[in-house]
Amino acid sequence: MAKGIRGAEGRYGWAFTAPAIIIIGVFLVLPILLALYVSFSNWHGLGSPIGNSSFIGTTNYEKVLVDPGLAQKDFGTSIRNNFYYVIIVVPLQTALSLFLAVQVNRRILRGRGFFRTAFYFPSVTSSVAITTIFIFLFTASGAVNALLGWLGINGPNWFADPSGVIHNLLAGVGVSKAPAPLTAPGPLGLQWWDWISGPSVAMCVLIVLAIFTTSGTFMLLFLAALQNIGSEIDEAAEMDGAGALRKFFSVTLPMLKPTLFTVLTLGLIGTWQVFDQIYLTGKGEPGKTLLTPAFLAYDTSFTNLNWGQGAAISFILFLIIVALTLLQRLILRDRDVGRRAERNAKRADARLHAEAAMAARTSTGTGAGS
Amino acid sequence: MTTVIEATGIPTEPGTGIHVPHRRKHLSARLRTTALLSYILLAVLALIYIYPFLISIAGSFKTDADATQHPLSLIPEIWSYAAYQRLFTTVPLLMWTANSTIVTVIVTLGRVFFDSLAGYALSRLRFAGRNIVFAGIIAVMAVPNVVLLIPRFLILKELGLYNSYAGMIIPLVVDAAGIFIMKQFFESIPVSVEEAARIDGAGVFRTFWTVVLPMARPALITLFILSFQGSWNEFAHFVVSRNDPNLNTLTTGVASLTSGQLGSGNQYPLQLGAAVLMSIPVAVIFFIFQRRIMNTSDGGDKG
Repeated sequence: MAKGIRGAEGRYGWAFTAPAIIIIGVFLVLPILLALYVSFSNWHGLGSPIGNSSFIGTTNYEKVLVDPGLAQKDFGTSIRNNFYYVIIVVPLQTALSLFLAVQVNRRILRGRGFFRTAFYFPSVTSSVAITTIFIFLFTASGAVNALLGWLGINGPNWFADPSGVIHNLLAGVGVSKAPAPLTAPGPLGLQWWDWISGPSVAMCVLIVLAIFTTSGTFMLLFLAALQNIGSEIDEAAEMDGAGALRKFFSVTLPMLKPTLFTVLTLGLIGTWQVFDQIYLTGKGEPGKTLLTPAFLAYDTSFTNLNWGQGAAISFILFLIIVALTLLQRLILRDRDVGRRAERNAKRADARLHAEAAMAARTSTGTGAGS
Repeated sequence: MTTVIEATGIPTEPGTGIHVPHRRKHLSARLRTTALLSYILLAVLALIYIYPFLISIAGSFKTDADATQHPLSLIPEIWSYAAYQRLFTTVPLLMWTANSTIVTVIVTLGRVFFDSLAGYALSRLRFAGRNIVFAGIIAVMAVPNVVLLIPRFLILKELGLYNSYAGMIIPLVVDAAGIFIMKQFFESIPVSVEEAARIDGAGVFRTFWTVVLPMARPALITLFILSFQGSWNEFAHFVVSRNDPNLNTLTTGVASLTSGQLGSGNQYPLQLGAAVLMSIPVAVIFFIFQRRIMNTSDGGDKG
């Protein structure tokens, strides 16, 4: 190619990427820097942060993380709530989506298309619509309790019940108050007894909601991977006389490892970002047991006008998510999979990862498990 | 519903077969039982996934009392259109729909255009700084959306774009993940076609627009579906980019109905009707492109 074309290529290269660079720069990079400053400032929402606030060092971070007080306790509570949400949602959504994928991947299944559609459809709808529906399903006299009534179970008043599931179980065996050792103060201003509460009954509904809306998206990821594996290996395993379960655990599952990691990573990232559902179900109520760091950051800034602290919570959440992603990468590095699977997976994975990240954001608003 | 056709017609999968392969005829009784059980299980699961939507549709045609008393029934005792009447009269649902439409159309077109433009440059055009730009895109993809709520509000205030369509739309109009998807796709297209066009004297933009972009249809459709869903369903950004009720989209508008009075609210038909109506466009897009979305192996190889 002639030099002129090369030069033109350079100009066009910048011209083609310019809109993206400008918009990402102005509406993503710049705002993050501005918010980072705000998190170290005493800005209270009047005028521009630049010129109307002063640098106060790490005070905002200290209030949230170290100094005993309401800010620290709320933050601790939000971390606890979200922690239970994450450790229940991530394994369940992964297992369920894998199970569904294996089921709808069977070549001889009749009505495969119907089943795929049924399982995927909740992922398409908006978090607002689906949360509205769930609020209706889980009212005291709602559909779920009506169903439980048929089984002779008196369902709780889901969204109004702040009691922790583990606390309730302990109460069932006669431990309804904190035993002495657990009254000791734990991290972030919460007693150990409060840390072990488990998710509240209300949170359980959001857990079900997250699994319900994300399993379809992740099912499609697993389905793509299963189709990449192809049928030859299946057949080979069958020739060797492996049973269905054995074949799944010793042949299929290892080949799905890359996808499994993708799903787990996306799940971890997403579940730490629940926002929409909290906003819709009562802003952290009942008893602050639905408070999450994402919502707390918003609420601290937009409602209490404590912008510095809100921004600080945002960045702490950011660090939590980055740390978890890096941890995941570290574990991901020493994956051992078959060569064919690895090649296929690598090709499909990067793209799927991006697509899934985009799709997941869609179905879950800013979060809910993915 | 879907017409997913597999080329490989191997009817083997132990323990699940309905059409039992002939070499295992003696096992058929057991296999049939297993197959039946797994069908029942799948059917129950499918019912659990679908039923909430059916109840919602039914619920939106019930009276308030009916919806509360018979939450599970699919047929209203008295068909009531009161919820829809209110939605189209006292509730400014049409205005919300108009706002959602404006935002979605511009964001979707913008994303498809700008993302493919940038994706093409990053995959094909050699220019100084390309690697740095690409590294930047990757880094941006890692930023969790929810962390951007406060920053975005701050910058929109700073630029005077708070409470404006521009503030609601421009930050969403480029998407790093979309750029990444397009770059990956362009790399899978052979260079020879473009080179021929360029030797014929077509400029860089013309080559991109008339030669490369038409070949990128599968990826463009993927991007279109994801962008449409993403912007139609977007909620958090519209919470922080405006508070003017006239700029409510369907998501923030319906949210104001929903979060108004939890528990005490006896207006479930209204809320359910709104939820049903706002889901129609994404459902339509889903059913139009269903084959593409669901037939993942095709997408995986081509896209």
